[in-house]
Amino acid sequence: MIEVRNLTKHYGDKHAVNDISFTVDDGEILGFLGPNGAGKSTTMNMLTGYISSTSGTALINGVDILEDPIKAKSFIGYLPELPPLYLDMTVKAYLNYIYDLKKCKLPRKAHLNEVMSLTKVADVQERLIKNLSKGYKQRVGVAQALVGNPPVLILDEPTVGLDPKQILEIRTLIKRLGKNHTVILSSHILSEIQAVCDRIIIINHGVIAAHDTTDNLAKNMSTDHRIITRIEGDRDEILLALRKIPGIKYARADMQREPGVFEFELEAAPGRDIRREIFEICSSHNWPMLALRSAELTLEDVFLKITMGDQIIAPAEKKPDDKNDSAKGGNA
Amino acid sequence: MGAIFRREFGAYFTSSIAYIFLAVFWIFSGFFFYQSSLYTATTDMSGLFQSLFLVIIFLIPILTMRLFSEEKKQKTEQGLLTAPVSLGEIVFGKYFAALMLYTIGILMPFLYALILSAFGHVEWGIVFSNFLALFLLGMAFIAVGTLVSALTENQIAAAVMSFVGLMALYMVDVIGEYISFEWVKTVCEWLSFYRKYYAITCGLFNVTTVVFYVSVAAIFNYLTIRVFERRRWS
Repeated sequence: MIEVRNLTKHYGDKHAVNDISFTVDDGEILGFLGPNGAGKSTTMNMLTGYISSTSGTALINGVDILEDPIKAKSFIGYLPELPPLYLDMTVKAYLNYIYDLKKCKLPRKAHLNEVMSLTKVADVQERLIKNLSKGYKQRVGVAQALVGNPPVLILDEPTVGLDPKQILEIRTLIKRLGKNHTVILSSHILSEIQAVCDRIIIINHGVIAAHDTTDNLAKNMSTDHRIITRIEGDRDEILLALRKIPGIKYARADMQREPGVFEFELEAAPGRDIRREIFEICSSHNWPMLALRSAELTLEDVFLKITMGDQIIAPAEKKPDDKNDSAKGGNA
Repeated sequence: MGAIFRREFGAYFTSSIAYIFLAVFWIFSGFFFYQSSLYTATTDMSGLFQSLFLVIIFLIPILTMRLFSEEKKQKTEQGLLTAPVSLGEIVFGKYFAALMLYTIGILMPFLYALILSAFGHVEWGIVFSNFLALFLLGMAFIAVGTLVSALTENQIAAAVMSFVGLMALYMVDVIGEYISFEWVKTVCEWLSFYRKYYAITCGLFNVTTVVFYVSVAAIFNYLTIRVFERRRWS
């Protein structure tokens, strides 16, 4: 279990990380998201004792990383952004070295074989690390974090450089490990976080911008009363008719998707369902409706919305006032 | 500490630094042995040991240059500093690996003494104290090189800086001679690495000399630990 309270790191005047607090329970996988330079790696480096915090505490299984660093570090398996690999060693020799470095008590041969088969590096164990591909190097990096079977795993972008099949394997592995480990995982790939993590912290400019379960985050940010529909007929006539729906906030025509078919984007007042009205308008005018879906935000949209405010998604929806409010709601 | 020591000692051989160090050291020691003992037909090896002082000033930077600089460059330092080991274990693990290789190198003069003993009487006591002096000198110099290596991430820079540092320690009493303040002269003389070493090679063994070299090694290793502590807190 990891407990972080008011963790802060200043470099001179620059606040790399400012007053971050969160906890991760046993058997939970926490996703750490944020643009480059947001303070993800700095936070992870503080949790693992690589750098000290300016103020605040980080407890690993109840042990303060600054007060008893050696004990706290013994609970952690850490994969830094760049795996700390000695290129002049073979995979097997390297993992043996890590085993000794961590002063493991587990049966050496059986444990290392298990780690190597989990991370699928057993077939290259006799090769020098410098001759391995990036994917293999990354997996050796994951393997060294797993040596000693530490209860807490901190993985900084564990799937970088892997091919899609390997990514899937590592994700499955992390998910499996998450059942009896405490895992913190950072990534740029949102689908990965979505697939693996129970909870997400979005960090931006050194502060927590959002902190929620994966599902809630997408749900709260999405506007379920926004609808995208495709209707065949005269563009302007349809738009005029749609705008007459009571309670509609705005309706706007998008580009022509198929010959004679236009896409429309509609937004009603929150909580108001206008799908039936749209259908009735279409049927009364004899305009075939070819598609209707609600415009839910993907986690990707949520992320951009939180970290960049309106800059990114604003051009797609030239919507007036209330848009700002919802973005601010996410920021708070 | 054992793991770091073994890894570092192994790395000397995979990176071929061990071979270069041993070969060069043995070439020079062989030459000076020939020059000071064989050519002049004497079993007194003090001349050899006096010459070796300068040889190790050149060679110890090669031994210590990659200890920490390479870790920093390859980003393996992060793995080391987040492992459940103390900074002391890290620094001394590496320090003793370098010292071990150095000790293997300086064992060679014993072989020379053995050769000489076939032709005449060898004062083994003096050979031993000479060896001890060379070992103590290496202890101090390797600690200096280790510190310099922790300050940079460039091996060449570490080697050059260590060389300059060791050269300065070598020349400290020479520098002192050109300074007219009496107390500076006294301090320089007292600090002189060569004077103490030279005294032992002449057969004057002194406990304060041992304490001096061991203290220097301890101080510089302590400073190396401080460098890492400071970096963590900066």
